[in-house]
Amino acid sequence: MTHVLDLLTIVGVSAGCFFFVAGTVGLLRFPDALTRMHALTKADNLGLGLIVLGLLPQAAGLGYALKLVAIWLLAQVSAAIASQLIAGAVLRQRSALWP
Amino acid sequence: MASFLLTAAGLVLAMAALGLVRIFYGPRDADRMIAVQLIGTCGVAILLLLSAASQATPITDVALILALLAAFLAVAFVRGAAGSSARGQADGDR
Repeated sequence: MTHVLDLLTIVGVSAGCFFFVAGTVGLLRFPDALTRMHALTKADNLGLGLIVLGLLPQAAGLGYALKLVAIWLLAQVSAAIASQLIAGAVLRQRSALWP
Repeated sequence: MASFLLTAAGLVLAMAALGLVRIFYGPRDADRMIAVQLIGTCGVAILLLLSAASQATPITDVALILALLAAFLAVAFVRGAAGSSARGQADGDR
């Protein structure tokens, strides 16, 4: 049984790391602020979600598992709001440059 | 299992370090701010991996605080540096 749980952890954490790598490559390679944000917000939060999903089988108890999920939810909501705010700032600056 | 989790944490840490490259080169403040968001998310992931690897559950509280501060960071950026025109509008409305 522990082998199955360990396998779940390995699969989840590996997939999460892959999405982190993809998000960082997008951040470094994409040409524009908005496309960089597009790469980052989706890939990063999916990576964090997959890592949390992979760590859930290792959780000591139900409360600890719930705390992991709560951290992921907080990161998800804050990333959504933050990317909206930053994209709005980018668009305002752009319209100030080219009215 | 602990060594695998530590390796994964090292990989995510390397991704956070690569984000510093964007902070260095990023032509505008918004690009740098996006990279800072990446580092915040990477930090949360690293802390969660470390807490699972070392069985030290209090580290998750640090991850929670980091996620909270990353949210405040973006709001402070938009209110402060980039939102100076928006703040002017708000002052004009008053």
